[in-house]
Amino acid sequence: MAKNKEVLLDPLFNENPIALQVLGICSALAVTTKMETALVMSLAVIVVLIFSNLTISLIRNFIPPSIRIIVQLTIIASLVIITDQVLKAFVYETAKQLSVFVGLIITNCIVMGRAEAFAMQQGPVKSVIDGIGNGLGYSIVLIFVAFFRELFGSGSLFGVQLLPLATEGGWYTPNGLLVLSPGAFFLIAIFIWIVRAFKPDQIEEE
Amino acid sequence: MEFTPAKTVGFAAIVCFVCSIFVASSAVGLKDLQKENEILDKQKKVLDVAGILNDQMAADANLIKKAYSERIKPVLVDLKEGACKGQDANTFDQQKFAKDPATSTNVSGNKAKVQRTPNCAKIFEVKSEAGNGIDTVILPVEGKGLWSTLYGFIALAPNGVDIKGLTFYKHAETPGLGGEVDNPKWKAQWKGKKAFKAGEAAPALYVKKGKANDNYSVDGLSGATLTSNGVTNLLQFWLGEQGFGSYIAKELKGGK
Repeated sequence: MAKNKEVLLDPLFNENPIALQVLGICSALAVTTKMETALVMSLAVIVVLIFSNLTISLIRNFIPPSIRIIVQLTIIASLVIITDQVLKAFVYETAKQLSVFVGLIITNCIVMGRAEAFAMQQGPVKSVIDGIGNGLGYSIVLIFVAFFRELFGSGSLFGVQLLPLATEGGWYTPNGLLVLSPGAFFLIAIFIWIVRAFKPDQIEEE
Repeated sequence: MEFTPAKTVGFAAIVCFVCSIFVASSAVGLKDLQKENEILDKQKKVLDVAGILNDQMAADANLIKKAYSERIKPVLVDLKEGACKGQDANTFDQQKFAKDPATSTNVSGNKAKVQRTPNCAKIFEVKSEAGNGIDTVILPVEGKGLWSTLYGFIALAPNGVDIKGLTFYKHAETPGLGGEVDNPKWKAQWKGKKAFKAGEAAPALYVKKGKANDNYSVDGLSGATLTSNGVTNLLQFWLGEQGFGSYIAKELKGGK
């Protein structure tokens, strides 16, 4: 039995859902042009993960195996809709920028993956911790990517202009590649590279 | 645990029921807040294009509401004779009007890729600060960019020719390229441009590829030719005869 601490910390680097398992890439590309959207998206995913793991873990012994995937999906979808509604009610501006991607948390493989691989077998406390851990693992990558994309793509962080742009009389010419999705691909690849350089056991065998 | 088909179906029903209660109550419970946000956001954009919005105001919902109620007056304009009859300008929903075939006109085939125009449109008059007369007229515009439909407002001086501003409140163009339609530096260029050449009915306003050098154009967005063209097309459409052309000609340029 894994200890709670490992359940929480392993997904950060040892078993990072994006870096090792390469899950949830779609939203990682889409919402990381700015720190603010990345942060709100991270929080949304953490919340959904915690509650989906908790709910599924609580009812895991009652779920008929033949319909378990669709039951998980129903629960996750409901949680995502509620999250979307809350965001629209309280942080409207950001919710507008996140647009469809909050809805797409439903299809984020991390959430389904954790429900199926962890919460179906483990108790509610461990499942909640696992949700937090994987959510944080996802968030680390998102924030890493968003930091570089916003800083070098737009010359700002959290919307505050740090590098004066050439178009506005400064000296910094923003890197257009970083604001487009391929920029995020490169950054995620670099992140995976760094993680695997320190943890060679993650390298897949040829 | 034994899972008979009956139990499985029963379990599915219970899950669906419980989930639907949660979803429905969150949707209904938060609706008022969301509606308020939406209205506030639109009011903010109207104030922005009218040139009234400042930093202090942007951060305070009450200031926005106050300025909006003091300075902005929604007005209905017939795009087709008599279509606005019996409508209330405050509650008028132009999107709904534009969708319903009974209250809109099919205009497909235009460059702005607008499918239907509403027969009645909601515009905004901005009262001058001193309270005597109208400062600005704000017209809604929409049209296709590269990926998405851009929704925005254009502000005209009461003479119907001088541009006071252009802003988009909803679009999904590429951030950093087409998304630069939101860049304040770019938007500032519109101020002082002219929508029409003297004596001509067709709008002259456009987004130039490269640097603008006349009174009718602004700089193109680099790396976003299709979004720039989209902005040109939607402006020409809405200022033209299928849009607000006749209203501008009669009510504004006509020397009221």
